[in-house]
Amino acid sequence: MWLNAVKYWRKPLDFDELTIPHGVVHIIVDRCKGCGFCVEYCPKDVLEMSEEFNAKGYHPPKVVKEGECVNCNLCEMICPEFAIFSTNASDNGSGTQSK
Amino acid sequence: MSKTAEQTPTEEMEHPVSPYLRMDRIPHIWCPTCGIGTVVRCYADALEHTGVDLDKLVIVSGIGCTGRVAGYMKLDAFHTTHGRAIPFATGLKLGRSELLVTVFSGDGDLVGIGGNHFIHAARRNIDMLVILVNNFIYGMTGGQNAPTTPTTARTSTMPFGNFERPFNLPHLAESCGATYVARWTSLHVRRLTKSFREAIDRKGFRFVEVISPCATLYARLNKLGTGFNLMRFYHDNAVIDHNADTRDLDINFQDKIICGKFVDKERPTYSEMMHEHYRKTLGDKFVPTPEEGGMIRDTEEKPVSKGKKPAKSRKSKASVSKSGKK
Repeated sequence: MWLNAVKYWRKPLDFDELTIPHGVVHIIVDRCKGCGFCVEYCPKDVLEMSEEFNAKGYHPPKVVKEGECVNCNLCEMICPEFAIFSTNASDNGSGTQSK
Repeated sequence: MSKTAEQTPTEEMEHPVSPYLRMDRIPHIWCPTCGIGTVVRCYADALEHTGVDLDKLVIVSGIGCTGRVAGYMKLDAFHTTHGRAIPFATGLKLGRSELLVTVFSGDGDLVGIGGNHFIHAARRNIDMLVILVNNFIYGMTGGQNAPTTPTTARTSTMPFGNFERPFNLPHLAESCGATYVARWTSLHVRRLTKSFREAIDRKGFRFVEVISPCATLYARLNKLGTGFNLMRFYHDNAVIDHNADTRDLDINFQDKIICGKFVDKERPTYSEMMHEHYRKTLGDKFVPTPEEGGMIRDTEEKPVSKGKKPAKSRKSKASVSKSGKK
């Protein structure tokens, strides 16, 4: 039964309506303490530790795959320093500030 | 903040958590790879999604690394003496029953120094949410042995390894009568947030234990790397089992950590029991605390006008003393 379901699995009815969300990552560089949680746990591997130093002498993350972010907010939730967050790419700008 | 905003265009935007934090105190003092910041973010997210009235929310902390949460959150916050967060919160809840009281503190503070208060608050089922960030060690005071330190782990007061049996906190809370008991690690951000949301909506003594890495002391003294390595360890060794018996939830040194929501039941709270009992025994003579809050006498007009006068005199005194100093 279960194997059949996997074999002949069907497309969701609203498959055409579904769109993959796009996000923009914002990094507050000088607040970062370089723990690397966001780089490790980003499901799309968008981030990488940079070679540069911030004002405190830590290596902050940088975005290496621009446009691959799916706005899952995991980096924002896991960052202990409140130094990274992502916003929806479509309403980028002042509209997201109030959230 | 204003300085960083001028440097790069992306920093003009505020972090979504900033309405819940006192941003003038950020960056915080917690070490790199400490997990407390993550727990605070999850709690703020839970507050945002449950839509709690922030004017009716109080956060009480004791002493310790986690005790500083009360100072960083932009809520009505109380930073109390060591181990006495729960008795303070108990008084707060009894005096102002309309408030949602959250106790946010560490393992050494809540179950070490204030262990007795924890037991009795759970026994009485006082309506409060207790968030305990467990990093297995007294972090702020220099890595002393805590009641939650696993056996054979090294601490600065047990340099040859701990030989004591640690507390099994979910079992302790359940056996004392807590109505909601959950345990997560600071890696389980989504589940932790969901757990906070559930716990905010429940009544009674709600207890959420969060296992969090301590890089500077616990990981360093035990040669476990940094908090980053501990997060990887949680990823590999955390087992989610909601139906686990709380007696089996002991944490051994570098062994699997069973997470989940273990208890979710209803029991009459302390205030409900008290009101019911006095209504039975005293009858019409009993005047309960109003549900909308405050003492009954405060609603009369006279004490309000009286209250204003001393405030004015205090101000004038302060101005006098200031001018005198100058």
